[in-house]
Amino acid sequence: MSVYNSLDSITEELHNCMKCGNCMEVCPIYKETRQEVGVARGKISLVQYLLSGELEMTEKLADRFSLCTTCMACNTNCPCGVRFDKIILAARAEAVRKKGLHPVKKIAFTALKMQRMFDFGMKTGSIFQGMALKHVPHKSDRIARMRFDIGIGTDKVFPMLASRTLRSEFPEVVKVKNPKMRVAFFTGCMINYFYTDIGKAVVEVLKENDIEVVIPKGQGCCGIPASVNGDVHSAAALAKRNLRAFEKLGADALVVACSSGGTAWKHVFGELLDNEPEFKALADKWAGKSYDISEFLIKKVPFKKEGLGRVERKVTYHDPCHLNRGQGVNTEPREILKSIPGVELIEMKEPGRCCGMAGSFSLVHPDLSVQISDRKTADIELTHTDTVATGCPACRLQLKSGVENAGIEEEVVHTIQILAESYKNGKKK
Amino acid sequence: MLAREVLQELIQVLGAENVLTEQEDLMTYAYDATAAMKHHKPDVVVSPNSTEQVAEVVKIAAKNNIPIYPRGSGTNLSGGTIPISGGIVLSMLNLNKIIEVDQDNLTATVQPGVIIQTLNDEVVKHGLLYPPDPGTVKTATMGGSLSECSGGLRGLKYGVTKHYIMGLQIVLANGEVIRWGGKTVKNVTGYDLVALFTGAEGTLGIITEIIVKLIPAPEARKSILAVFDDVDKAGKAIASIIRNKIIPATLEIMDNVTIQTVENFVHAGLPMDAQAVLLIEVDGYKEVVEREAVLVEQILQEEQAVEIKIAKNDQERDLLWLARRRALPALAQKRPTTVLEDATVPRSKIPDMIKAIRKIAEKHNLQIATFGHAGDGNLHPTILTDERDEDEMKRVHLAVDEIFKTAISLGGTLSGEHGIGIAKMGYLDWEFGEAGVAAMRRMKEALDPNYLLNPGKIVRRD
Repeated sequence: MSVYNSLDSITEELHNCMKCGNCMEVCPIYKETRQEVGVARGKISLVQYLLSGELEMTEKLADRFSLCTTCMACNTNCPCGVRFDKIILAARAEAVRKKGLHPVKKIAFTALKMQRMFDFGMKTGSIFQGMALKHVPHKSDRIARMRFDIGIGTDKVFPMLASRTLRSEFPEVVKVKNPKMRVAFFTGCMINYFYTDIGKAVVEVLKENDIEVVIPKGQGCCGIPASVNGDVHSAAALAKRNLRAFEKLGADALVVACSSGGTAWKHVFGELLDNEPEFKALADKWAGKSYDISEFLIKKVPFKKEGLGRVERKVTYHDPCHLNRGQGVNTEPREILKSIPGVELIEMKEPGRCCGMAGSFSLVHPDLSVQISDRKTADIELTHTDTVATGCPACRLQLKSGVENAGIEEEVVHTIQILAESYKNGKKK
Repeated sequence: MLAREVLQELIQVLGAENVLTEQEDLMTYAYDATAAMKHHKPDVVVSPNSTEQVAEVVKIAAKNNIPIYPRGSGTNLSGGTIPISGGIVLSMLNLNKIIEVDQDNLTATVQPGVIIQTLNDEVVKHGLLYPPDPGTVKTATMGGSLSECSGGLRGLKYGVTKHYIMGLQIVLANGEVIRWGGKTVKNVTGYDLVALFTGAEGTLGIITEIIVKLIPAPEARKSILAVFDDVDKAGKAIASIIRNKIIPATLEIMDNVTIQTVENFVHAGLPMDAQAVLLIEVDGYKEVVEREAVLVEQILQEEQAVEIKIAKNDQERDLLWLARRRALPALAQKRPTTVLEDATVPRSKIPDMIKAIRKIAEKHNLQIATFGHAGDGNLHPTILTDERDEDEMKRVHLAVDEIFKTAISLGGTLSGEHGIGIAKMGYLDWEFGEAGVAAMRRMKEALDPNYLLNPGKIVRRD
């Protein structure tokens, strides 16, 4: 029984909570609001009252369940080992079953499911985005702010849509001489439509390491935006589409450069398809050979050290929640950074603290998201670095918006981009 | 339900964003960290931003005869913040400023919503320390820990919260604001209301500002772990350390049940058949610490510890502390409900208490693990159970009764550091007798005649 199908799946998890409140120490939302409903203990109680019949599922209750970035910091700090991430996903799925999905989210997730239409929309958007977005001059990033307020303010800095999507820039199979392995690349939407520079870096680095890269055209959204909001149907449909697309082309391993995508392939697809044995087996098979790109380059195929050129950067690394706590990947990106000549790694105060982006959370709770982000920005500023590296495009968006609005000179990139830069500089000599 | 006009008045004073009225929010203030307690929904939750606003809320409540339940982080273990009669929950968390750290007078002035660890992070910058360190040091508020008079691991050498409270600003039940005590070490002006309000669990007045004593942070520390094959030998070792005029900062004990559970959980390297483990830390000037550590080791050898480990550096220290730190998590993960008591006895009676608890566990067929602050006699018999098992819960209550009876008969007390709240209110006459309980009731009625401040806690209305 998976958390997406029934609240019954989490009853034991709920009983294990002893209400000690240790989650208050680490919850990014509670730190800002200081209201009990913000923290895991509060929402656990609400689910318990829901199960006991003291509360009914109302829109107000569903609203309260939206108060979680799913950063999983409370999981790690819980003396009873309660997996709150499971509880909140189950509660949100229950809310959708009982009250339906918020109309705006319904439209959004339906669009994600209709891959061709979504793709067309994004391409059209790349041409017309100037009407809604005002370009912010910047030396390395293509960024912009909203020209008008659609409910999230006009301060937030967004990446511009790329003029060409990542997947249209590469053939389905990127060949190399004497390939030692065939690896499939799940791009995810943000890298495909916005941060194509991350995607290109992934391909470059893999090629540099004599790996044939497969980028199935049939891949789509990972479905995480739907599953974390309780839209289990859309998420399951997307999971199946992706599994089919990757199964068709086959590969020895799968890499992801996005923490949501990694979580999807490693954990979520299997849970969503729990009731469909055929797809469940497929999901489990791919889960076993899915890697975050930094994990892949350290644990699966140790990356080539010869040919690394100097990169003069003072770097601080931000741990994406779903990479660090979600997948246990935190030493690997640091190991990569430390092995690049010229890179000085300076840790910030709490590198594992949530940046407050959390996908649609930043749209539903824009003020709270910015408050959480401000703390991160302040920690980054104290490191006196020139670059923030991270392992997730969504974190990159949030971190960039934070430093830009604070007026700090700081580039925000994916770890893999610095490695690609190093290989490139190695060839310059 | 409160009358509309009352809610309107509260909103006028505090602003709508600081007044919660929807049941989806109210229900999250119906409980605290106490196990196996009934929850009660308040009618409204308010978060004042100043002493004046607190006073206004109290006046509105007094005028309309509405109970007020002050609340910090809600981490107490005695039902102290549960709003059993509904009414107003007064969340003090927005009053979270450290007003001043005074290095000349060695004091800090804080608002009640400051988290204890936040204060310590601030004063450590000046080489100072606020010693009380309850297990919830990173989540509990200063106001809450003052009101519960919490203790912690350093009680033996440094005392508990009440030894560090020098001055208070208090909103009385009629809405008047008074100040008592201050930054002077000596102060005998009038009754000692600072002492009275400390540990009063919010039943006598609302604390809105606190002046605490700070001490110079010790420059060095050393941890020693000793394993015993007999609880009595561990007890003798405790007595012997103190008799030799050594006062460790911490002197912790874990019994066999705790050791086995923790060992299965984290593999800290403790022998499974050990009957007791002592964990000792001495602190102070480097030279003193070195000397005391050697003495402690000698004493432990004389008292027949079967194994002694001394941490040579911080890494080794963390390893020694691993088992103790994981004691509660390990126990808590074994069964869903964890009933954590804090009956306290004179330290010479620790072996008797541990043995008595073991007998009680056998008699009622319960899992009870005992660990705690042996140096100050404050044990934590921890009953591992499941709230849903009615029959077992009956036996849990019987066992708790017997633990309290035993503690009192050994010259101890019902509660060392968790407070009375709702949980232990019924046992007070065992310790004070009827006359004692009546005396306390008269004090309550003198300051809060209409029982509006945290009613239903400590003192039952006649």
